[in-house]
Amino acid sequence: MSPHAQEQDPTNAYQSLSETTEHDDPRWAFGSGFEDVQAEIEAPVPDGADAADLAEYCLMLGDDALICSHRVSEWVSNAPELEEEVALANTALDLLGQARVLLSRAGHVEGAGRDEDALAYLRGEAEFRNVGLAELGDDLDFGVAVARLLVFSTWRLALLSRLRDSRDPVVAAVAAKGVKELTYHRDWAARWALRLGDGTDESHRRMQAGLETVWPHVEELFRTSDVERRLVDAGVATDPAATREEVDAVLDQVLAAATLTRPTLPGRGTLGGRAGRQGAHTEALGHVLDRLQSLARAHPGASW
Amino acid sequence: MSAREVVASVVDPEMPMLTLDDLGVVRDVAIDGDAVTVTITPTYSGCPAVEEMRTDLADALRAAGYGPVLVRTVFAPAWSTDWISEAGRRKLAEAGVAPPGSAPRPAPGPVPLTLTAPPTVVTCPNCGSRATEELSRFGPTACTALRRCTTCREPFEHMKEI
Repeated sequence: MSPHAQEQDPTNAYQSLSETTEHDDPRWAFGSGFEDVQAEIEAPVPDGADAADLAEYCLMLGDDALICSHRVSEWVSNAPELEEEVALANTALDLLGQARVLLSRAGHVEGAGRDEDALAYLRGEAEFRNVGLAELGDDLDFGVAVARLLVFSTWRLALLSRLRDSRDPVVAAVAAKGVKELTYHRDWAARWALRLGDGTDESHRRMQAGLETVWPHVEELFRTSDVERRLVDAGVATDPAATREEVDAVLDQVLAAATLTRPTLPGRGTLGGRAGRQGAHTEALGHVLDRLQSLARAHPGASW
Repeated sequence: MSAREVVASVVDPEMPMLTLDDLGVVRDVAIDGDAVTVTITPTYSGCPAVEEMRTDLADALRAAGYGPVLVRTVFAPAWSTDWISEAGRRKLAEAGVAPPGSAPRPAPGPVPLTLTAPPTVVTCPNCGSRATEELSRFGPTACTALRRCTTCREPFEHMKEI
């Protein structure tokens, strides 16, 4: 029986979930399942920029957002209060939206026929280009989640506010939109850090512990990869090392107000100079991809 | 009805008191014979309503005898709540959603961090009191925050200025 033939019962929540119109396509079981007609995605590669470099750079920015979005979304149905769950879900959704555009651009510039779904669901760990901080798990510890989002959103906001001037129109458009979104994410994380840090002895201890967990991943955020260095010269990328002063100033502002102490832990080491940007990841990324990709890999093209 | 009028009449899937025109997301309607290309801009990067907008626009245009229909999205310049029409602001308030004030102007350089809620005055859409407080900066949709009126005690949504 087609859904149109069913008698409409406004109290039946399941019926409205399966509501369709005659023009609806079958819903994909994962991913977007559609080719978005995004006007800007097909813009030419800016003069002086190498196409392979630009594709790689879009993966870096896109994978940071995709993997961090997944980690934040793990709080859905687990957050301490409904309002905070909604805040975290909205944050994850904003980051996912940024990732979709950047992965689409990467796929287009690469020119090998891979779309956003192929890049999100069918790449192996070593092909991901996100920084380690994005994949760091929190075991549903709210202090770690707040610390991770505070550092991540402060750093990404500093990057994107510079990338509004990128010579790549897609990167510039994502940046202009992302700045507005990340300002909200950073506000949320900073206010929670303040509330927990300057709260009870227990909340202070937990927030400080969250910072200590996150801190070894901070150093990597300011390391400039060869791809970024070349694209800085082409006016497409921004040098992450140049954001350090701004990020430090914002974090110090929050830590001081929250009576928290800046950790002195050393940065995580590299694998012969390689880290997230070169595809060298921690074990944590495997766990993220297992959740993210298992359905798509077990049932390619599945729909419902 | 002209294709422009059909497009103007389609409502937002998450805030059905507003048409897409009221919301300010329609950038362009180009007509070539019966073929129509509609260009819209998403409110937020991950706005899940964009897919529904796309379907609803195509359905409405086909029902009015147009087709083929192409709906494109553009990201630049980024959507701002300043693009919501005067009629849209009135409809929001009538539906119990406090309309946005003017959006902060995007400035070059670092974005300053404010650790306290900005002292914006949001009027209660139920009783008109100016004594309202923010409950959460993230409401049930990406574009709203949750507030409460300290006079009539009613909670309400406020469309965030972006």
